[in-house]
Amino acid sequence: MRIEEHPVLTFQRGEKVKFYFDGKEIEGYEGEPIAAALHAAGVRILRHSHKKNRPRGFYCAIGNCSSCLMVVDGTPNVRVCVEKLKAGMRVETQQGRGELIAKD
Amino acid sequence: MLKTDIAIIGAGPAGLNAAISAASMGAGVLLLDRDEFVGGQLIKQTHKFFGSREQHASTRGIDIAGLLHEKVKEYKNIELRLGATVLGYYPDGVITAEYQGRLLKIKAQRYIVATGAAEKSLPFPNNDLPGIYGAGAVQTLTNVYGVLPGQRVLMVGSGNIGLIVSYQLMQAGVEVAGIVEAAPNIGGYLVHAAKIRRAGVPVFTSHTIKEAYGDSVVQGAVIWQLDEKWQPVPGTEKDIKADVICVAVGLTPLTELLWQAGCKMKFVSQLGGHVPVRDENMMTTMPDIYVAGDVSGVEEASAAMVEGKIAGLCAAASIGCSTGEFDELRSRALSQLAELRSGPAGEKIRSGLKLLV
Repeated sequence: MRIEEHPVLTFQRGEKVKFYFDGKEIEGYEGEPIAAALHAAGVRILRHSHKKNRPRGFYCAIGNCSSCLMVVDGTPNVRVCVEKLKAGMRVETQQGRGELIAKD
Repeated sequence: MLKTDIAIIGAGPAGLNAAISAASMGAGVLLLDRDEFVGGQLIKQTHKFFGSREQHASTRGIDIAGLLHEKVKEYKNIELRLGATVLGYYPDGVITAEYQGRLLKIKAQRYIVATGAAEKSLPFPNNDLPGIYGAGAVQTLTNVYGVLPGQRVLMVGSGNIGLIVSYQLMQAGVEVAGIVEAAPNIGGYLVHAAKIRRAGVPVFTSHTIKEAYGDSVVQGAVIWQLDEKWQPVPGTEKDIKADVICVAVGLTPLTELLWQAGCKMKFVSQLGGHVPVRDENMMTTMPDIYVAGDVSGVEEASAAMVEGKIAGLCAAASIGCSTGEFDELRSRALSQLAELRSGPAGEKIRSGLKLLV
């Protein structure tokens, strides 16, 4: 959910853009962190842990803790709490460690 | 290879002040930050600061960041590079940074490390469920990006961050189910606690989380009481429904660069964990590395700003920059720090620093 009115703050938002989460089209604002756009769209599970397959969301939201790693446009282990949203991005839930070496 | 007199890593409250002070002494400054904006964590602080006028009292954190940025821009001898993540320090006194997809090599005569701190977590069953977030994360999401973390938040920790974030969540229209505090008393300032109490939020002192629960995302927590020996008391469990659990149990210094560079480190729990051994001028055991702000011991942003001034002044003086006002500026900053750390609220920091300086 987005805050539309706030007693202290006004929010500068970029252009509204479409992107894809696990293949499904959703909307966010260009330039905001991918995690913020996903959270606003109700997505809280960003990856699954590699040993026990437990669901994980973000924790610190400023790029320190690496809890929020996802696959973005085919690249795994992207910290979506600090990676900026661009139109048309393909964001996918990461399973385990992610495939580091590109397949031919 | 980029050459400069003083490279500053981190453009938060400490790094910005360090840059301004060093530049005012005539030093050439390269100010680096991994983010695309300056101010560090000031940008999510919508509350007004305390202290004296010199530390921007009664100005909101977010506005302080703007004021400092304007001041930085006034100095032609400060070069600001944003989106630059410093990667390491090498034995020949060179640092590397990732900047716009390239590797930068930087050689400075002095470095001021002002990397800040990271949020701590708390061990309890299911503490990894999505929806359990650090308090700073919730503040970032709400105050910087205007996205609500959820509808009903359980706050863990009643220090200043726990209290301030609870209040800010209510301002944004989120319900705060309660604040859980392991100690028998509220940790933060009375003025913040009073706002929470007036809003009718229950504060569960001498309580901790037994476990969080939820089917793939958090749906609530069971809390229980602690006795005078901090042991949980069976039979005192309470179930609190919440779609967010906000963990505000303190910060720990972000010291990776200092470890890697070989600075002598010491564990001081009052300062948040491992911190660099340093002198009154903020110089570490490596004569070319200075520190300022939370990386040298977790404190309020007001103290970080003053430490930044001291580090900037002293690093510049150590390479031969001078101004007639140096002694006066330095001793004024030192007495401001002493004032900020005076009284019962500063006792923890004072006892921690005794082990260090």
